[in-house]
Amino acid sequence: MTKNLRVRTSKFIDETYKISFKFDGKTYYGYKGDTLASALLANDIHLVGRSFKYHRPRGIMTAGSEEPNAIVQLHKNSSRTEPNVRATEVEIYEGLEASSQNCWPSVNFDIGGINNILSPLLPAGFYYKTFMWPASFWEKYEYFIRKSAGLGKSPTMPDPDIYEHKYIHCDVLVIGAGISGIIAAKTAAQNGFKTLLVDEKPYLGGSTIYQNSEHFKINNQISSSWLEKEINEIKKFKNLEIKTRTSIAAFHGYNFLLARENLTDHIPLEQRNNKTRQRLLKIRAKKVITATGSLERPLIFDNNDRPGILLSSAVEKYANLYGVACGEKNVLFTNNDSAYETAISLHQKGINIEAIIDNREEIDSKLIRETEKNNIKIYKGYTVVNTYGYKRINKISIMQLSKDGQKVVSSKISISCDCLGISGGWTPAVHLFTQSGGKLKFRDEDQVFIPNIYSSDQISIGSCNGDFTLDEILSNVPNSLREFLNIKKTDYENLEVRSSFNKTKRNIWLLPSDKVIGKTKPFVDYQNDATAKDIKLALREGFRSIEHVKRYTTTGMGTDQGKLGNMHALGIISETAGSKMGELGTTTFRPPYTPLTFGTIVGRNVGEYFDIFRKTPMHDWHVQNKAEFENVGQWKRAWYYPQNGESMHDAVQRESKAARDSAGILDASTLGKIDIQGTDASEFLNRVYTNAWSKLAIGKCRYGLMLNEDGMVYDDGVTTRLGENHYIMTTTTGGAATVLGKLEDYLQTEWPELDVYLTSVTDHYATISVCGPNSKKIVSQVIPDLNFSDESFPHMSFKNTKIDKIKCRVMRISFTGEHSYEINVQANYGKSVWEKCMEAGKEFNITPYGTETMHLLRAEKGFIIVGQDTDATMTPIDLQMDWIVSKKKYDFIGKRSLYRSDTIREDRKQLVGLLTENPDEVLEEGAQIVADVNKSPIEMLGHVTSSYYSPNLKKSIALGVVRGGKNMIGQKLIIPMENKKINVTVADPVFLDKENKRLNA
Amino acid sequence: MFLINCPYCGEREQSEFKAGGEAHIIRPKQPTELSDDQWAEYLFMRKNIKGIQFERWVHTHGCRKWFNVVRDTSNDIIKAVYKMGEKPPTK
Repeated sequence: MTKNLRVRTSKFIDETYKISFKFDGKTYYGYKGDTLASALLANDIHLVGRSFKYHRPRGIMTAGSEEPNAIVQLHKNSSRTEPNVRATEVEIYEGLEASSQNCWPSVNFDIGGINNILSPLLPAGFYYKTFMWPASFWEKYEYFIRKSAGLGKSPTMPDPDIYEHKYIHCDVLVIGAGISGIIAAKTAAQNGFKTLLVDEKPYLGGSTIYQNSEHFKINNQISSSWLEKEINEIKKFKNLEIKTRTSIAAFHGYNFLLARENLTDHIPLEQRNNKTRQRLLKIRAKKVITATGSLERPLIFDNNDRPGILLSSAVEKYANLYGVACGEKNVLFTNNDSAYETAISLHQKGINIEAIIDNREEIDSKLIRETEKNNIKIYKGYTVVNTYGYKRINKISIMQLSKDGQKVVSSKISISCDCLGISGGWTPAVHLFTQSGGKLKFRDEDQVFIPNIYSSDQISIGSCNGDFTLDEILSNVPNSLREFLNIKKTDYENLEVRSSFNKTKRNIWLLPSDKVIGKTKPFVDYQNDATAKDIKLALREGFRSIEHVKRYTTTGMGTDQGKLGNMHALGIISETAGSKMGELGTTTFRPPYTPLTFGTIVGRNVGEYFDIFRKTPMHDWHVQNKAEFENVGQWKRAWYYPQNGESMHDAVQRESKAARDSAGILDASTLGKIDIQGTDASEFLNRVYTNAWSKLAIGKCRYGLMLNEDGMVYDDGVTTRLGENHYIMTTTTGGAATVLGKLEDYLQTEWPELDVYLTSVTDHYATISVCGPNSKKIVSQVIPDLNFSDESFPHMSFKNTKIDKIKCRVMRISFTGEHSYEINVQANYGKSVWEKCMEAGKEFNITPYGTETMHLLRAEKGFIIVGQDTDATMTPIDLQMDWIVSKKKYDFIGKRSLYRSDTIREDRKQLVGLLTENPDEVLEEGAQIVADVNKSPIEMLGHVTSSYYSPNLKKSIALGVVRGGKNMIGQKLIIPMENKKINVTVADPVFLDKENKRLNA
Repeated sequence: MFLINCPYCGEREQSEFKAGGEAHIIRPKQPTELSDDQWAEYLFMRKNIKGIQFERWVHTHGCRKWFNVVRDTSNDIIKAVYKMGEKPPTK
């Protein structure tokens, strides 16, 4: 039987709109306006979860985003399931299903609860201390630790929701729509600033909007009525945008902020389709006003975590905003006046209060006097020493405090209760301020950290700046705004304010007990089950830095980042270690303030939008001809063209043979192309390539190798001289952008005197490479007007010509070692010229080949691929390419590095060919190469970089890098694999046609 | 993410730019005259200061121009921006 604890109509709850929802499989009812937490409390449910380490029963503790305990899983076993959601933030809707986390088989009977009994065996650092030995057992421990770690379950199905990113630029961003934020937003908007006001809650007005007390009045109106009018006014401003359900996740430097806007989380699932669920707002604000308010502190005493123990301010909010009593026998425990506000509110609503325990002894204020007038018993100078009740608090015992607050004296008094509201004063919510790089200062009188030095154009106002009372807010906020916005006056000067709050507080970080600390469980971090005892243990074990204590005890490391308990942890450390709070500093508050979904972070960048991909002009042809594709950088390149269900190996063998026997055709459009013009173009090439360029005749091509300044090979490709001052450079596919960037860098910063202009034309041309002994016959059919004789058009030369009326450049260059031509046409004619070549090549069985065959063919010739046969440690000398390094040139990029003491070592890894003893055995690329397997440890000499079965040589060939390999030709080495040792012989890297006869065949 | 005032395009977001390391390291005119140590000094040695640092940046996704930036590396505040070849600000 559940009770109904709905007390009296609240104007925030629509009692005509009933909503049914499920919690742990059972159906309950709530009203529009309820959160999951308020609806559960109205049904008298406090127990909603189990704690992380000890599996202690835990209930709802707060009424906001700082909630450490009431963490639930939504919509289990559905694609929309979401773990670690705070019940205090979930607005209920028809069909909502929530369940408890971290318990099995149920929240009421949880086997893990045994950990609570075993807790003396689970001290701080338990995992670090226990699972260290023997080291080899870690794999076994890990399995169990992983199983028991973590809170909720992540979804296993694709996310059906839509997320997006949006940029917002504004003059003034106001964070938080409490009384200070509303005042700030209105003032900014009135003065013409383009203003954005955001608040994480679905309503405006913060905690003032549900006040209903004669003790807090502005201009003789109750503060909530006054604020309501202000809210109605700000809605009229055209230059003020208001976003509710929007939480600032991160406050970066330069006033750049990230926010999560919730759009559909509060509506029934079936209404969410095709709507954007959450938006990540990327906000650039000229000025930021932080009005994030403050969080109430709990009090730290034995068993302060039982279901039914809430923050006093949460008890008040549930009564005033949601019309829900958290219990029938309420007790409040406080060290300041806030609990009396709660008491007065509860009394107004007809909710019973058994007693108030106040740790202050001699106190008096208007609030206290009114409470006493209502016949509520107040125990002054007392503290709670223990609580009772396993799944719900049912009793507390209290004792009188000694004068110094260090001990308890007198005898115990028991008070039965079903709800205990606790208040330890207020902590300014400075999380965003510190994220932005702001520096805090400690205010001794009420033991709070408040903003001190700002890192950008921003201010903090209201209670996040340490102004907790209504009169402080209304006198300080207008002053701050005038100065910050540089305006003459605000609407808020000389308001008549009544604020009955007495600021006296008796701050005791860890309240004394009649038991020794070892026998108590005073929780500091509820979510991670870290107690004051753990913190003291850490200090005894020698930890001093707050950052270390945090990690050792896991205090503040839950999904709530210790919003409630971090200050107490600091306080206990400072008291125990005898250091000053201000000097101790705080731990770092990191983004996000509250957790973000992955969906929000990635936005629309999922599936095919995850990354762009580039297609060549002939892409559709490749698709039609069933090519398999390979990703090269962002390009999709045809990899091989399987016919009739061929395997990759068979296709590549067929393509490779056809290219050498008759003719092959390759789409080489992805090669980087840089157009180089200017009177100093030749000089420029001289400086960036290792070989000489001044004497290259117009119409000729030359292969070039580009180094980094450290002498290591960076890129390669053929460059053609199109005119006196005009070259076209080709780069590797992957290197196109970085090569252009590097060349621009040198031109702009080292050699600005050179008259050279670089333009990327990679996408402007389609490149078709036709190779093989019949290539000339095919290309001369496609371009009948051109003289293809060897005399007129020799290897390494170029012609400007036309195919029909289409201008094209034809280069006679070869990456396969075969007689071959490369036709470059304007990109949009690429496909038609390709098809012409295919048509002309029909009688010669022209065979399209992909990148895999290209790699095989060039390996037969020992041509390197930069990035495959080289990494950033190979010089041209290491590659046995001494021939391309000019001895005559005075300088080029990387030249000086080629004779550093390290680069001239004889035992550097050098590129060699590798032949297997068994010609059918193909090596694995990346396999290690050794000389002696009997020596331990086995000395690694190098590795295999390229390896293929060559159909043209009918044997396995490989390239590899081997220490000192240049002088090891003919030597036998070993490639040890998992189950066998493969014997190889070091060979010359050129396997086929050393004399280059095929180029002119 | 900070904002950089490109001397050619104006203020843009950091993501449009690429950092190019310490500024005012001049490539030796006669590398072949240098000892290994002298060459290594040019090639490898960088200051990596906490505080005011002179850096090169390029507006990669914009005008593609290189320029110099004076940045406080401890808080990312940019003190000055100036073109290649211009003298660094003294104050």
